[in-house]
Amino acid sequence: MEQKSVAIIGAAETTDLGKIPNLAQIQLHADAALNAMADCGLTAKDIDGIATAGDSPASVAHYLGITPTWVDGTGVGGCSFMLHVRHAAAAINEGLCEVALVTHGESGRSRIGRGGFAAAPATLPGQFEAPYGPAGPPSMFTIPVLRMMKETGLTLEQLASVAVVQREWAGMNPRAYMQDPITVEDVLESRMIAYPFRLLMCCLVTDGGGALILTKADRAKDFPQKPVYILGTGESVETPMISQMEDFTSSKAFRVAGSKAFAEANITHSDVDHLMIYDAFAHLPIYGLEDLGFVGRGEAGAFIADRNTAPGGKLPLNTNGGGLSYMHSGMYGMYALQESVRQMRGIAPAQVENAKVSVCHGVGGMFMASGTIIMSNESP
Amino acid sequence: MADYKKPIPIPTPETQDFWDGAKREELRLQKCDACSAVIFPPRPFCPSCSTREVSSFTASGQARLYSYVINERPAPGFDAPYAIAIVELDEGPRMMTNIVNCEQTPEALVLDMPLEVIFEPITEEISLPKFQPAGD
Repeated sequence: MEQKSVAIIGAAETTDLGKIPNLAQIQLHADAALNAMADCGLTAKDIDGIATAGDSPASVAHYLGITPTWVDGTGVGGCSFMLHVRHAAAAINEGLCEVALVTHGESGRSRIGRGGFAAAPATLPGQFEAPYGPAGPPSMFTIPVLRMMKETGLTLEQLASVAVVQREWAGMNPRAYMQDPITVEDVLESRMIAYPFRLLMCCLVTDGGGALILTKADRAKDFPQKPVYILGTGESVETPMISQMEDFTSSKAFRVAGSKAFAEANITHSDVDHLMIYDAFAHLPIYGLEDLGFVGRGEAGAFIADRNTAPGGKLPLNTNGGGLSYMHSGMYGMYALQESVRQMRGIAPAQVENAKVSVCHGVGGMFMASGTIIMSNESP
Repeated sequence: MADYKKPIPIPTPETQDFWDGAKREELRLQKCDACSAVIFPPRPFCPSCSTREVSSFTASGQARLYSYVINERPAPGFDAPYAIAIVELDEGPRMMTNIVNCEQTPEALVLDMPLEVIFEPITEEISLPKFQPAGD
């Protein structure tokens, strides 16, 4: 990086050091952060980048009231924070964020409010969600949807149509786990998992893997495959607790990540030829289409049901069949990225003709985090 | 209470007031002394304006049903089907909970129905706030 281009403007430790049995680990992060903010005269509202290790940057950001456009949870042991500072400098130079906060808090001795299995009941989700019986993603990620339906008019039939359309795409893909056509009735008659969600509205659970290798664009043509250029990127986190999601009809992390990526890429929605939206459950493409701005609020259900995202439609979406029909190993984002690359190379099983721009949008946790990558196959 | 099989919260210093309140059948929230934001889950500062000047108070216990699912799958200590609900308190914050004294069906669980808090003792130290249809 360029010398003297980034500076540390605030610095502080926790108010006490040594034995601190009166603070949970998350509050140690916050105590140091608030002291550093006071040191330079800023508040959480001035901060748009967050980095930490040991605890999730989503937990720290939401706890402090930060809405980041840059997030780094790089966790490589005791030197992680040096790496965070380095990444933060690069991020600031690159315009990913303007003010980055790196925090460390560790209740190493007193072990108050530490994460991990044994101490989980002392975390905020352990105290304020787990006692009420959420049993994994099918009964947690789905909780906002009844509110979404009431607020926007989204219907169960429209939700079912997400699975139906993606099965159509999967039917064109010999590597898809599920390829046989299904109907809206099939979806609505499949086994109830967590009302209003039925089996065919939930993702597969399969095995697999994937990898990407990136290099500088000016070297890209030295390699045998058609280069796929990173055109724009975005990221954010909201909350590790689904109950604390600000708006049950819209993901703040989606909106922040998506708008950042579109701004970086300097494109409009009409420039997008191909779209991937991580679909752990049938409602994710609905939220994604609206939060990324492809359609207006409350319009995504009908947009999908009317076949705009189906084969032959104007906005091909989840063309591999998605997590609902192609594969879902638990961390599906890699597979969405692989499909965007295939589309940009022109080698996808269900290839979109003349596609030049692909938007690939991922979710992390349960509306906890988001990342958006926009790719192009046109040379810089 | 001895054979209680569901997850049991462990308070931290920042949340002790909430759980002490629940034991007394009071639903405790916090309010920012500077900007009046109402805060939940508990933390000793305001996520809206970053001040540390916040105060606890006892909420009305009145809420409405904001969203939910009815889980059909097994979970330790729970008898499916049961609703995992989000309620919106009259004071503004939302919280996860269970709806009790009410059938666990879509017909009985109507969004925006008025609810009131009740407290279920699960250990000597912990009572869980839950919600039931509001009385007349």
